Amino acid sequence: MTKIVKTTANILFPFTMIFGLYVIAHGHLTPGGGFQGGAIVVSGCALLLVAYGSSWVFDRIKDKRLAAFESLGAIGFITIAFLGLVFSAVFFGNFLAGSETIFGTTPATGSTLSDFNTGGVLPLMNFAVGVKVIAGLFVIVLVMAYASSIKELS
Amino acid sequence: MDNRTVAGILVFSIVAVFFLFSVFLIHPFGEPGPVQMDDYIITHTQNETGTNNGVTAVVFDYRGFDTLGEATILFSAVAGVLLIFRKVRH
Repeated sequence: MTKIVKTTANILFPFTMIFGLYVIAHGHLTPGGGFQGGAIVVSGCALLLVAYGSSWVFDRIKDKRLAAFESLGAIGFITIAFLGLVFSAVFFGNFLAGSETIFGTTPATGSTLSDFNTGGVLPLMNFAVGVKVIAGLFVIVLVMAYASSIKELS
Repeated sequence: MDNRTVAGILVFSIVAVFFLFSVFLIHPFGEPGPVQMDDYIITHTQNETGTNNGVTAVVFDYRGFDTLGEATILFSAVAGVLLIFRKVRH
């Protein structure tokens, strides 16, 4: 694309990344979560894809690694679910809530949005789902854009 | 009128009748029906899951199976896309 589009993408890309990762990390405090934050991050990656072309991105990021990260997120998610089965006898049980360890503090009643160290397994699950959604959606967008660009050339 | 138009009008009237029924049977605004589960979640979320965000608590804790299904849908979508476009990759 033109220099204007590339410059705009260069400026907007880091802010989109930061906002998406913020939405993932604060999924247990503010609206949003793994799915929504991952979609925001992938929208930034799609901006890069539009500005620089799919073959440029394809040379730098291998889709096999993205697929591996997608599987890694799924494995982490299901592992946390089974850890709940082990430690609290319930599948998807929140075994960290109220345990006073990592993410184990019970928040005070009312709106206390700065209590980051709360939520039990919810932040970990948000992180796993965020990795999964980023890698999964980005590999879908990347492979489809690359396929359409190949069809245009031939 | 040809058969196509008659069939279209017929299907449209049936769907419109069902929509009108659902519109007239809807409960009044601000008065939901059964609220036991809503009250339980609103009251117990902070103590049971240790989070302030009730929506995230429902999505990832109370209805974790639903989120597992969503993750499975995403996984199968990725698998399908990679399967269909496998020839264009290096």
